[in-house]
Amino acid sequence: MNIDQANTDAVGRMISARPMLTGVATARDVIPGMRDGLLLHAGPPIGWDRMSGPLRGAVIGALLFEGLASTEAEAIERVEAGEVEFAPCHHHQSVGPMAGVTSASMAVYVVENTEGGNRAYSNLNEGYGKVLRYGAYAPEVLDKLRWMNEVMAPLVARALDGLGGIDVRALLAEALHMGDEGHNRNKAGSLLFTKHLAPAIGEASDDRSAAAGVVRFLGDNALGVLNPVMAACKAMADAAHGVEGSTLVTAMARNGTDFGVRVSGLGDDWFTAPAATPDGLYFSGFTAEDANPDIGDSTITETAGIGAFAMAAAPAIVTFVSGSPSDALNATLEMYDITVAEHQHFTIPQLDFRGTPVGIDVRKVVEFGVTPRVNTGIAHREAGIGQVGAGLVRPPIEIFREALTAFAEKHGV
Amino acid sequence: MSVTRYEIRPGAYADSIVLMHLQSSLAAIEGVEDAGVVMGTPANLELLDANGLLHPDLKAVAADDLVLVVRAIDEPTAVGALGEVDSLLAARRSESGADFRPHGLRSALRLLPSASVVLISVPGRYAATVAHEALDRGRHVFLYSDNVELTDEVALKEKGRDAGLLVMGPDCGTAILAGVGLGFANRVRRGRIGLIGASGTGLQAVTSGIHALGGGVSHAIGTGGRDLSEAVGAVTTLQALDLLGRDQTTEAIVVISKPPAPSVASRLLGAAAGVGKPVVIQFIGHPTPPRAQGNLHFSTGLSETARRAVELLGEPGEDQIESRPGYLRGLFAGGTLALEAQQSLAGLAPLHSNVPILAAEPVADLSRSSGHTILDLGADEFTVGRLHPMMDQDLRLRRLRQESDDPETGLILLDVVLGEGAHPDPASELGPAIADVCKTGGAEVVVLMVGTDADPQGLDEQRVRLEVAGAKVFDDVSEGLAWVAARLAVGSAVVGERVAPSSLEPPLGAINVGLDSFYDSLVEQDAEAVQLDWQPPAGGDERMMALLEKMR
Repeated sequence: MNIDQANTDAVGRMISARPMLTGVATARDVIPGMRDGLLLHAGPPIGWDRMSGPLRGAVIGALLFEGLASTEAEAIERVEAGEVEFAPCHHHQSVGPMAGVTSASMAVYVVENTEGGNRAYSNLNEGYGKVLRYGAYAPEVLDKLRWMNEVMAPLVARALDGLGGIDVRALLAEALHMGDEGHNRNKAGSLLFTKHLAPAIGEASDDRSAAAGVVRFLGDNALGVLNPVMAACKAMADAAHGVEGSTLVTAMARNGTDFGVRVSGLGDDWFTAPAATPDGLYFSGFTAEDANPDIGDSTITETAGIGAFAMAAAPAIVTFVSGSPSDALNATLEMYDITVAEHQHFTIPQLDFRGTPVGIDVRKVVEFGVTPRVNTGIAHREAGIGQVGAGLVRPPIEIFREALTAFAEKHGV
Repeated sequence: MSVTRYEIRPGAYADSIVLMHLQSSLAAIEGVEDAGVVMGTPANLELLDANGLLHPDLKAVAADDLVLVVRAIDEPTAVGALGEVDSLLAARRSESGADFRPHGLRSALRLLPSASVVLISVPGRYAATVAHEALDRGRHVFLYSDNVELTDEVALKEKGRDAGLLVMGPDCGTAILAGVGLGFANRVRRGRIGLIGASGTGLQAVTSGIHALGGGVSHAIGTGGRDLSEAVGAVTTLQALDLLGRDQTTEAIVVISKPPAPSVASRLLGAAAGVGKPVVIQFIGHPTPPRAQGNLHFSTGLSETARRAVELLGEPGEDQIESRPGYLRGLFAGGTLALEAQQSLAGLAPLHSNVPILAAEPVADLSRSSGHTILDLGADEFTVGRLHPMMDQDLRLRRLRQESDDPETGLILLDVVLGEGAHPDPASELGPAIADVCKTGGAEVVVLMVGTDADPQGLDEQRVRLEVAGAKVFDDVSEGLAWVAARLAVGSAVVGERVAPSSLEPPLGAINVGLDSFYDSLVEQDAEAVQLDWQPPAGGDERMMALLEKMR
């Protein structure tokens, strides 16, 4: 068995994957295995009893949104009665930021890897403030979700039809040259996204005020492109999954309680351990005391070689890594130690256009004792309060050791 | 009673992360209860409001206004905190990150692709693994670590030899490459003397001595203390000799070591004799020949070594012993001399003998030589029914003609032992036979003479007659054998890949794995260097290390 060769093969598939954002559709119509009464969530599998505040809040909100409950109490009752099924987004070719809760009626982005033919899905980004992904489920939260589902989603879907899709890989490559790293900073990418969509939305709409509302919403949301970017990263990572003999990490995800990883050559197994609390900067009035343990599928960006791995490209947010632009460079440089390739399409001007580090090798993580860096938003530990800061987190090293051990057992090493 | 003070900076955009950091710095000031530093967007103003920081005056600010709010225990504290804003921002800007230290060699070499050498000073049990990786990645190795297993040293040096890479060490304390000192080294000027040493302090003493005498050093190559042992076989020393021989900067060479293993000494001396440059040799604590042999100059003291090396720079080129093709055929009358020859020429391969020692193999057919062959014609199997060759030359003369007729023969080596009881005039028989051999223009004849000027045959007379016949005659056995070794290029027949002199051209780049002080020293010498943040693999976890080793 040649692990290096398997990894080269796997990372080659990841790099050459070409994720195209082709449409927006209703989850139950497109996501494999999606059905009423099933809620997808971020991270590895978890039951209600172990869910953290924000994830529970998002579950309640989704049940209210779906009309499966009319009050918080009723929602909890239904969950506790076992009437609600839970599954990780990752089990359904999907990803979602923070709580990542996706229900059957929600609109989702559809991304297709035109090289490998695989697809990936992600819900729509709600912007800032009180939002479902942080566990908020107040009426205005649900109102906004409905507006997104009923007004925004059909318009964006028609716009994407008109455009023939958006090449997310090209968009990301450009955004990295404009100061984004694709996870915590998506300002440039979101503007590029809006720029692509705006004329097409105009052409697709008879309702000027609806069109203006959607374009304004997109333009105001500096995270607007995060969800299609995550779906694109999922499509890239999935292309590398299932390569026999490969120790490449193909998913990293957190559910607010556990951090989990999957490995290309280890099938659908998760390797999990309790998630850490991010080390970061807090919004006015909040401290580390308020922070929920790490949550969200957005670590799929690091898995695919952007996010914290492309930190050097995003000097505007270097304070996450404690200060100076050289720290941002060092953050990226460190990740080359644990990855097997440099990205052909994602390059970093600050490193003389060197490709981003891509393809985390479990062996290297264990050998060097260096875990992947993750840039992340920080959720309040209580449902519905929202984002309280942003910072850096790393997965626990044990899960990589466990994965290495499992790999050795599987292959009789 | 708390006091809230604010400041608005119109159009002063800053990224929210910078602002968050500033905000936490303000909040950390003693007496400050809370602080808000935001761009004046509606969402941000709501946030300020929620935290009781929204002064009524702030409700009208625009989204591109920078808003600074501080709530403190009293007015001076609040105003003072706001006054700190610019210095806090400035302080942040002046912070700089430390030099990046990669964890792995691959990353380090990606940062400094021009690095040609990897310094390794990690604990011995890990050192071989790091050294193997360095060689696999095409870099010379300076291996300071000790407690490296002999088998690992042999494996590393064989790998290095096959790849044209030097393995300096293990337990190598000193080297100077292209003017840059590695490990423990003195600051000496760059120059034309190249050194090879198994002894770190020896190298330091001689390089310092050369510097003091106005000379300079091209490269000083450490080899590690075991390099000249039988097991290691002088791999690094021979590589280094070959390298310095071809290095255009180097005009004279110094070799310092403890006494080498006998079999290794012949290869070393043979290679040194054939290197084409004057070589000063000092085997520490070992009596050496009293005078020069060709280009080889023997020294007994470190100061003398340095002085000889500097002196030799000014001297005109020596008689270079050119190597020649063909096999050695040694036809000895004296058994001890046959053994001595095998020892001194142990680097020859394939070497056969009827009295084999060391690496020599028994002859398959007493009547026919093959490959390099050294025969003791005084051994029982040759003297059945005839006198010993010391007295009766008949067998030797026939064998001399036979070897001369063999087109594979390159050099015929004879001993001529004078004195009481020996043949009264060996030159009378050997002379014409040697002349016949030399006339054919094929093989050449070398004679080792043992005798005195008081011997009845007459040492000088015998010598002159043999020389007239065409033989090259030595009355010092060691000197003669060293000449033969050089002539047949023993030891300089480079095994593996030759080290490219260009790989050590300045400016020297280096990766340091281990002792910080070695890195600091490289940087102080203006060498380009990268320091690895090295840790034992998997934090030293034996089980994980074993798995990783199997999963390479």
